[in-house]
Amino acid sequence: MSATATAISVSNLFKSFGRTRALDGLDLAVRTGEVHGFLGPNGSGKTTTLRILLGLMRANAGEAHLLGGDPWRDTVALHRRLAYVPGDITLWPELSGGEVIDLLGRMRGGLDKRRRTVLLERFDLDPTKKCRTYSKGNRQKVALVAALASDVELLMLDEPTAGLDPLMEAVFREFILKDRENGRTVLLSSHILGEVEAVCDRVTIIRHGRAVETGTLTELRHLSLTSISAGLANPPSGLAELPGVFDLQVDGTRVRCAVDNAELDSVLRYLVSVGVRSLTSQPPSLEELFLRHYETEQPSRVSAARADDETPR
Amino acid sequence: MNGLTGTGSLIRLILRRDRLTLPAWTGLLAFVVIATAAGFAQLYPDPQGRQALAATVVGNPALLSLVGPLYDTSIGGLTAWRIGGIMALLVGLVSLIIVIRHTRTEEEAGRRELLGSTVVGRHAQLSAALAMTCGANLALAALVAAGLMGLGLPSSGSVALGLSLAASGWMFTAVAGVTAQLAGSAGAARGIAVIVLGLSFLLRVAGDGAGEGGRLAWLSWLSPIGWAQRVRPFAGESWWPFVLFIGSALALTATAYALSSRRDIGSGMLPQRLGPATGSPGLRSPLALAWRLQRGGLIAWIAGFAVMGLVIGGVAQSLSEILRSAPQLEGLFARIGGQAILIDAFFSTTMGLFALVASAYSVQAALRLRTEEEGQRAEPVLATSVGRLSWATSHLVFAVIGPAVLLAVVGLTAGLTYGLSIGDVGRDLPRVLAAGMVQLPAVWVLTGIAVALYGLLPRLASLIWAALVVFLLLGQVGQMLQLSQWLLNMSPFTHVPAVLVGNVSLAPLVWLLGAAVLLTAAGLAGFRRRDVGRG
Repeated sequence: MSATATAISVSNLFKSFGRTRALDGLDLAVRTGEVHGFLGPNGSGKTTTLRILLGLMRANAGEAHLLGGDPWRDTVALHRRLAYVPGDITLWPELSGGEVIDLLGRMRGGLDKRRRTVLLERFDLDPTKKCRTYSKGNRQKVALVAALASDVELLMLDEPTAGLDPLMEAVFREFILKDRENGRTVLLSSHILGEVEAVCDRVTIIRHGRAVETGTLTELRHLSLTSISAGLANPPSGLAELPGVFDLQVDGTRVRCAVDNAELDSVLRYLVSVGVRSLTSQPPSLEELFLRHYETEQPSRVSAARADDETPR
Repeated sequence: MNGLTGTGSLIRLILRRDRLTLPAWTGLLAFVVIATAAGFAQLYPDPQGRQALAATVVGNPALLSLVGPLYDTSIGGLTAWRIGGIMALLVGLVSLIIVIRHTRTEEEAGRRELLGSTVVGRHAQLSAALAMTCGANLALAALVAAGLMGLGLPSSGSVALGLSLAASGWMFTAVAGVTAQLAGSAGAARGIAVIVLGLSFLLRVAGDGAGEGGRLAWLSWLSPIGWAQRVRPFAGESWWPFVLFIGSALALTATAYALSSRRDIGSGMLPQRLGPATGSPGLRSPLALAWRLQRGGLIAWIAGFAVMGLVIGGVAQSLSEILRSAPQLEGLFARIGGQAILIDAFFSTTMGLFALVASAYSVQAALRLRTEEEGQRAEPVLATSVGRLSWATSHLVFAVIGPAVLLAVVGLTAGLTYGLSIGDVGRDLPRVLAAGMVQLPAVWVLTGIAVALYGLLPRLASLIWAALVVFLLLGQVGQMLQLSQWLLNMSPFTHVPAVLVGNVSLAPLVWLLGAAVLLTAAGLAGFRRRDVGRG
């Protein structure tokens, strides 16, 4: 189990719960030292993937490797090298936050005391309170401090900022970016796009238990659309007929549309031919990428919602 | 909006959630009463036979102490005597568990908050739980009465027996309503209510052990279980104990409402204290965590067992006094081996009961695994370098060693109290202690079943409680109803040798131990293979 270039590699992973298929041939590769965003709607199989990677569940078929080991066989040895923040955090009501942080850290095999102090201070968390009195956000902080202060090479975070206020979200991003500089590998499951956009090197988008897109943000954007809004000299005609133009809105001489990057050249040439007075163009946000993937499968929304109910909590 | 708005919808919610368990428990409890009556009817059809049976009972103060006073020798009278007290106890237990489940447990899970934000009054949850449980008890009374009348027993006695059980249920429904407001957590609320129930049982045993007209006979009047028996079903029913029942249940319910309106959701009446900012150096292993989580409960159980031991030792002493001061009985006992035999039988029986209670401790300690997993507190631990086996073992240590400690405590305290009172500690202490400890392998079989269910069929894990009740009832009425031996053999407690009457055969103990080890191993093996976090 030496250091390898790939921290996590999952190929063709299947997992069913009764009749519900949670994972349907999932592929996922996380390189050592990168922050990898794992994006998907609720119930798409993110948590199930993490649980399989943690050896808490066993896949029905397919391969999963973690830090060069087998997550089911080498569970304990692998867990010494990673820290995990679960999506739903319920802590022991009778323990204080500080006790939980120390307990989890020690059971992982080490906690950086200095880092713990800094984290507690930055996250503004009172460690003497009993867990039963913490709010959801504060329970989240307890789990985050325990994970971030741990002396490990891989962080697996399942929607770690759900419940945090924007200020604390910013603190979280700051620590993740610092970890990225220090070469720690992070697998960040999320559906908060801004967060993934801010901290991740690469992204995998998962839907219905299958990876639908994977790559760096630039690569993904390249496959996508640029939104353009322009003020023209004359009302345009024939813009709608050009290939690669979507969502066209014409209001007199004002034009808004989304353009396939491959067709950007010809569209711009057309606009120039009409006469451009003003022009703004924006790269597609991750949000748009995300929405495009969800909206293309609009009809199956109902079945997706049903599957949500049956995925494990 | 008043405090009760929404109670109706919450009742429907409870009915939906408990649509299987509630009828199952009501049916099982009613069935046991009716089956016991049917058994007596079949085994003792003629009055002479019943009178002979009654004569052996009345001459045995130990039995009267444990089971309660015998008022009548009709089939109904024998049924009410044999099963009335223990059923009142069980009905009370089931009632209090249901109430806590739908009040504090809901709060702890955060579901009450969600409901509380809808158009639901402050008292709706409590009212729904109380109303539901009282209704279920009434249904039980109706079932029992109808079943007994169906067997041809007198209708007033049938109704009285059914209602006396229901009244005991109402009483402990109200008790749980109060403890649900007092305690800081669902577990503590249930614990306090169970302690009240246990005390009621002990008070009755002590009061009835003093004999009718005895110095301490009034103790039975402090116990709701004693009241239930003093309704005297089938023996010229006396209805006024129901005044006691309803009066105290209403007073307790009023207290519960008063406390409930003064309390914040999620907290008890006691303030929350702060904890340490860092974990103590020892808090570094799953075992240390399990100790933190289980120590409070264990200490409370030990205290409870110590009290039970003291009471039982005291009762045994007063029994031996009664026997000594009744020369007309002496001839009778001389024939069967002297009064010492009776005291020994008393200790054997009580230790058998305590073994069942210790099993309840062991089972809940083992099922802590399930609670932790369902509450998603297993996941963060198992995601550290803690293996599944060491996590499971950390809680099972309590399930295995806990009952040993409990039985030792009750054996020691009972043996010491009794030995001191008759001035022969050297002889009695080790004997009573042995009578307790010999039960341990049977207790561990239950632990094993719990672990096996948890590892292999986690969703059915709570079936172990039904098994526990069945074993208890088999032990209580099995022999008297002459149930077939294979049925009796189902219960591990049937196989425990009666060491006090000179039976020290090791073989059954070895078999029980073997079964316990096998079941536990099967459960652990299953747990290693299955998915965690999805029962």
